[in-house]
Amino acid sequence: MTGAGPLLQVEDLHVSFPIRKGLLQRVVGEVKAVNGVSFSVPRGSAFGLVGESGCGKTTVARAVLQLVEADAGAIRFDGEDIAQMNAPALQRFRSRVQAVFQDPFSSLNPRMTVGRILGEPLRVHRLMPASGIRAEVARLLDICGLPAGFAELYPHEMSGGQRQRVGIARALAMKPELIVCDEAVSALDVSIQAQIINLLEELQKELGLTYLFIGHDLSVVRHLCDEVAVMYLGRIAEHAPSDPLFASPRHPYTQALIDAVPNPDPDYEAGREIVPLEGEVPSPANPPSGCYFHPRCPLATERCRREAPGLAPVEPGHSAACWETGMALPAE
Amino acid sequence: MTLLRVENLAIDVAREGGARRLVHDAHFSVDRGETLAIVGESGSGKSLTALAVMGLLDEGLKVAGGRMVFDGQDLGALTPRQHNDLRGSRIAMIFQEPMTSLNPVRSIERQLTEGMRLKNKLSRRAARARALELLAEVGISDPERRLKQFPHQLSGGMRQRVMIAIALSCEPELILADEPTTALDVTIQAQILALTSRLCRDHGVGLVLITHNLGIVARHAGNVAVMYGGRVVERATARQLYRDPRHPYTQGLLASVPRLDLPRDTPLRPVPGAPPDPTVAFPGCRFHPRCAKATDICREKVPEFTEADGHEVACWNAGAVAAEAKGAVA
Repeated sequence: MTGAGPLLQVEDLHVSFPIRKGLLQRVVGEVKAVNGVSFSVPRGSAFGLVGESGCGKTTVARAVLQLVEADAGAIRFDGEDIAQMNAPALQRFRSRVQAVFQDPFSSLNPRMTVGRILGEPLRVHRLMPASGIRAEVARLLDICGLPAGFAELYPHEMSGGQRQRVGIARALAMKPELIVCDEAVSALDVSIQAQIINLLEELQKELGLTYLFIGHDLSVVRHLCDEVAVMYLGRIAEHAPSDPLFASPRHPYTQALIDAVPNPDPDYEAGREIVPLEGEVPSPANPPSGCYFHPRCPLATERCRREAPGLAPVEPGHSAACWETGMALPAE
Repeated sequence: MTLLRVENLAIDVAREGGARRLVHDAHFSVDRGETLAIVGESGSGKSLTALAVMGLLDEGLKVAGGRMVFDGQDLGALTPRQHNDLRGSRIAMIFQEPMTSLNPVRSIERQLTEGMRLKNKLSRRAARARALELLAEVGISDPERRLKQFPHQLSGGMRQRVMIAIALSCEPELILADEPTTALDVTIQAQILALTSRLCRDHGVGLVLITHNLGIVARHAGNVAVMYGGRVVERATARQLYRDPRHPYTQGLLASVPRLDLPRDTPLRPVPGAPPDPTVAFPGCRFHPRCAKATDICREKVPEFTEADGHEVACWNAGAVAAEAKGAVA
């Protein structure tokens, strides 16, 4: 079934984790890790979620991967609500959606050769007869830029960049439609990072993949993604196609994030006027009143302290949650 | 007099079957009130070089050649005790991971005043008063309360501020900062680096900033040394280096980073391959297996440094390389 609508739709997603305390680990409160997040990812595009630690971006990814349970809201894949899927549908879903994680060392089994790592999903999902697996492993390695001989190696015998290529090859083994990349290039050295970014782009073009890309490096996310949502403490602060988002950000937090990224050009940096953001991200267990960003916001007013702004369109396709710079509606 | 001058520094690791060279040739200098960035990827030898200056090389590692001269004193000629006297008081270091470099079972007060009491012989009361000043200076609110706390009660950004306060506590002349913000969120990273640069400038402290982030270098450093495979391969002012990178590795690094100030579809042109295993020796330039411009001499002989307008590069093809890069820009 291949519908015409967006491949992935996240609607008003809420995920919270209990806070436990004491000897009996009684639940004394909860952390709202994701607090009403909605977005949709068109087929063949790359959607970026950015933000700092604790903003909930990884939790959204984990909810999409069915690794955490949503409290409320819906995640639709190819038009179908994944919470409503029966077992066979869910198994199909699990092969159509794959993940690439940050640390290729801890996400590859150290006791398995690359050949087994790549061959196992093919066997488990019975995608091909055992006799074809060897050739398929070689093909997967080849499209990820590794020689076929790598099938004999163990993860510790490879460099970080090579391990990440294996991580990508493993995701591709299932012929997925959506790949969730959670900080997939963050742990790599600069020159290797660029190789992997290029590989992800080539694969997307050749295989028509859709990416949900989670990252904290704005320049990488901008480069790879067609559309980006900026998250802050479990909510989306701003959401737009990449170019308008970075060229004319509407939320003061997006502006602050962009200002925090130094460009590799001393002349540009010398002429740059930057008002550094004060303070730190508050604890998601105890978020501030009103707009979550108001304690750090240079534009905050009385209203921002009292009332949370909802995400509202500022231009077609561009929305922001800010009383001062957007056309905010009250958050529900 | 130059505050710190490192010349032809070599560092070996003892292995079965003889020593292996990890750092072949590090050389750079930094003056008071100046920021020098050492740029390189994992295994380039940048952190080892800093540890050698601090006299903190792990067992099994040793300085095998070259000189490190701090304020006229040859650091290699010091006894461990003399080196210890310099450390903390005249040369301080900020490490990447503030959680592992702070002692988890000692209060912030104890860790922050230890150096001042030991090195500057301050009384407990005087050290405490100075500690409060330092915490305020690094932007920590409610310093009275923070002094009583332990590292786990602070956020990552605050811990790194405490590390900076500790580094500054004995009024050092030189601070070595090894990836001081890599573990922090971007907005906190920007705060911490701005703070470190400002404090070093205000106090006339020489700062060696070790990083892999070319943006950070452009924003904060006056001079840059690029390290690759245990060698400094290019050395220049930040302006020269970014405007006219001469080593093919530096050019490759600059072409590898996506940038917010260029159009989104600007293609990345990464250096192919991966950095060499630092323990494996091979003849010629360390970069030649990844270099598109490598010729026979690159495979045989280590390139010598050539210098023009204070811009040094170790590449046999640097003249041609530089000319071509200029042609490509024009």
